[in-house]
Amino acid sequence: MHDMSAHAVHHGAPTSFIRKHVFSLDHKVIGKQYYALALVAALLGMFLSWLMRIHLGFGSFAIPGLHLLSSTGAPGNVMTPEYYLQLMTMHGTIMVFFVLTTAPFAAFGNFFLPIQTGAEDMPFPHFNMMSFWVTFAAFLPIVASFFLSDGPTLGGWTQYAPLSAIGSAGGPGEGLGVVLWATSIGLFCIGQLLGSLNFITTTLDMRCKGMSLMRLPLTAWAWFLTSVMGLAAFAVLMPATILLILDHVAGTSFFVASNLVINDHLLPHSGGSTLLWQHLFWFFGHPEVYIAIVPGMGIVSHILITNMRRPMLSHRVLLYSMAALVVLSYMVYGHHMFVSGMNPVSSLAFSFPTLVITIPSTIIVLIWLGSLYGSKLRINSASLFSLGFVSMFISGGVSGFFLAQPSIDIMLHATYFVVGHFHLVMGVAAMFGIFAGTYFWFPKMTGRMMNETLGKVHFWMSFVGAYCIFMPFHYLGIAGNVRRYQAFTDDYLIPLIPVHKFITVAALFTGVAQLIFLYNLIHSRFKGEIAPNDNPWQGTSLEWSTATPPPHNNFGDKMPVVYHDPYQYSVEGASTDYIMQTSPENVHSPDEEK
Amino acid sequence: MATTVHEPPKIDLDRLPSQGSGNGGWRNLTPANGDLRQLKDSSPPPASTGIWVGLAAITMSFAAFTSALIVRQGAAQDWRHFTLPPVLYLNTLVIVASSVTLELARRQIAAFMGGLRDEGTDKAQAANPARWLYITLFLGLLFVAGQTFAWMQLKSQGFGLATNVSYSFFYVLTVAHAFHVFGGLGGLVRVIVKLNKSVLRRSTLVATSRYWHFMGVLWLYLLLLLWMKL
Repeated sequence: MHDMSAHAVHHGAPTSFIRKHVFSLDHKVIGKQYYALALVAALLGMFLSWLMRIHLGFGSFAIPGLHLLSSTGAPGNVMTPEYYLQLMTMHGTIMVFFVLTTAPFAAFGNFFLPIQTGAEDMPFPHFNMMSFWVTFAAFLPIVASFFLSDGPTLGGWTQYAPLSAIGSAGGPGEGLGVVLWATSIGLFCIGQLLGSLNFITTTLDMRCKGMSLMRLPLTAWAWFLTSVMGLAAFAVLMPATILLILDHVAGTSFFVASNLVINDHLLPHSGGSTLLWQHLFWFFGHPEVYIAIVPGMGIVSHILITNMRRPMLSHRVLLYSMAALVVLSYMVYGHHMFVSGMNPVSSLAFSFPTLVITIPSTIIVLIWLGSLYGSKLRINSASLFSLGFVSMFISGGVSGFFLAQPSIDIMLHATYFVVGHFHLVMGVAAMFGIFAGTYFWFPKMTGRMMNETLGKVHFWMSFVGAYCIFMPFHYLGIAGNVRRYQAFTDDYLIPLIPVHKFITVAALFTGVAQLIFLYNLIHSRFKGEIAPNDNPWQGTSLEWSTATPPPHNNFGDKMPVVYHDPYQYSVEGASTDYIMQTSPENVHSPDEEK
Repeated sequence: MATTVHEPPKIDLDRLPSQGSGNGGWRNLTPANGDLRQLKDSSPPPASTGIWVGLAAITMSFAAFTSALIVRQGAAQDWRHFTLPPVLYLNTLVIVASSVTLELARRQIAAFMGGLRDEGTDKAQAANPARWLYITLFLGLLFVAGQTFAWMQLKSQGFGLATNVSYSFFYVLTVAHAFHVFGGLGGLVRVIVKLNKSVLRRSTLVATSRYWHFMGVLWLYLLLLLWMKL
């Protein structure tokens, strides 16, 4: 075929500031942009959680300056019940979408997937640039909704209908606030779909010479599997947000039932299905949980292997278990809807695969623990956060066994037990994965090391703090403490208030640890110790075989050739205790012959 | 890990890059000597893999719309059946015909490119094989115009987006499809521009035509769905 055009990924190094740092086609810059967006979003989300916790623990306490955020939502610096729900909704939305999805998947994946596969860039760099900027544009409506006269939406990050679809009759922020929310999430879906397209094709088509699928590091596999999940999940959520917007702006009746009377006002909608939203949302929502956690699994495995100086007990079983999570993640979404009044047979049909999903999860955990057993693990900030990830994933996962059963879930569903469960298993665990990745890859991304002492302080404060926050949630839930309440005035809840005070103090303490991390991140970026060499952790995968920071086309003049499986540590007969994938050294393990 | 010393994995350094191997990922793991710059002029497979990935996402979106329609209809007591505007059947013929003309275009381009390679024909003649592409483009625009006519016809009869949820679904599904057809039209324009500049890659043409045929198949599916349910 006649062809005179340049190869899709062979874009030259940019020279102008705008093309280099703003509208960049370079996957590494886009990865850093995603990281910066996630960092801003995480700080905002954490700030909101502080406000909520102060209100829950010390309800009448006037938070100085809060009225500046919203004069109607916080008159006299004490938030109204509605404003509490608005902040809660924003906390969930920002954290799930703009932190847990963007940081471990889009940020680290963008930076390292092409390097780990041995590619010069993603195959569609323009789509990649659009992916970030559409995601950035998606963040703006969420921020803008804080400045609406009635504030952001209060419907929770799941935006259940009919509340989300009835307009301002539903309360503050339920009019334009919901439209902004749905616009934001719809845009976010487009951004992630474009990202997934690039991730999948990079993994399948852009690998360098010798890099077979089984030679990909676990991180690359995790990002690939996550992008497969994202492709199907975000493609379903986007239509749902379109239908929700139409219910608001065009007067359609997709989600609002007939004869609904709100505040003595008969709504004009007819015949809508309130459960339809839940079906569409949770078909996305459950895979989203895995979109948040699977990249962390890959990152943590990668870091633990490097610091144990030996591979996992079984690379393949770990890989297949992660793939099993991907497949099962689509079959279990109904377990979020046990209390929706669904047919008990349907509950059983969703309960069974939910219990099955614990099998690959348990296998993954056992491989981690079995591999760690007896290993001489190097203790550093990255490996500590990886251990923390494993700990949080186990602690949060165990409560999943209980919640998978409809008879127990119906009792616990609307309580703090569920809040504790998902915060540990996908919130804190995924955050720990992000931190571990940051400490581990910081030298490759910036050429400088992060401060280890501050990193360890950050870890221990976060580890202890997170358990102090979320373990008592389970106790509160079993005691019947309903979630989403902004005050605890019922007789049976009053004795639980001291627990809430304790949690609030723990949340403030844990938050301070994150400020230490922020200081460490910024200080190390500009004044940190210069990385001693291109491979400070003596890693084996391709990111460690290129310059620091990597050049525009990742590998300079000569593209890498891969000779080995990704994790050749402590190989008998080798000259060092690790063999890089690019090393032509005449040693390989029997695993490679399989 | 138990290990032994072996010969290094065999990688044939003299092997030449095969046509269409791109960076040597999915189909060919061992391009010539690891220097990807040598593969610049071959067709990259990412476009052909990427188009399937994109079509998978579009399929999921329309599956979501379909399940929404089925659930909403099942829950509804207000569902109103109506006769589809007859112009839709004409539009169906148009979009099917556009797929046929696109295939004719592909054949002619393939023949032309073969001739170009053999005889060294000059660049000016590159406009010739674009003829069927222009016809495809015209048919695509005609399809969108026909859909617009259907919307206007319904609107003039007083059936708007919010009249009844069955009309809502009609508008949502057809507009979402038309929106994707616009993407295909953009792709066709891109192919024509590249062909005229003699920089068209085979994978670009293949990916664009796959997308275009998919739009036709998707429309046939939607027509059947709407015909059965509305």
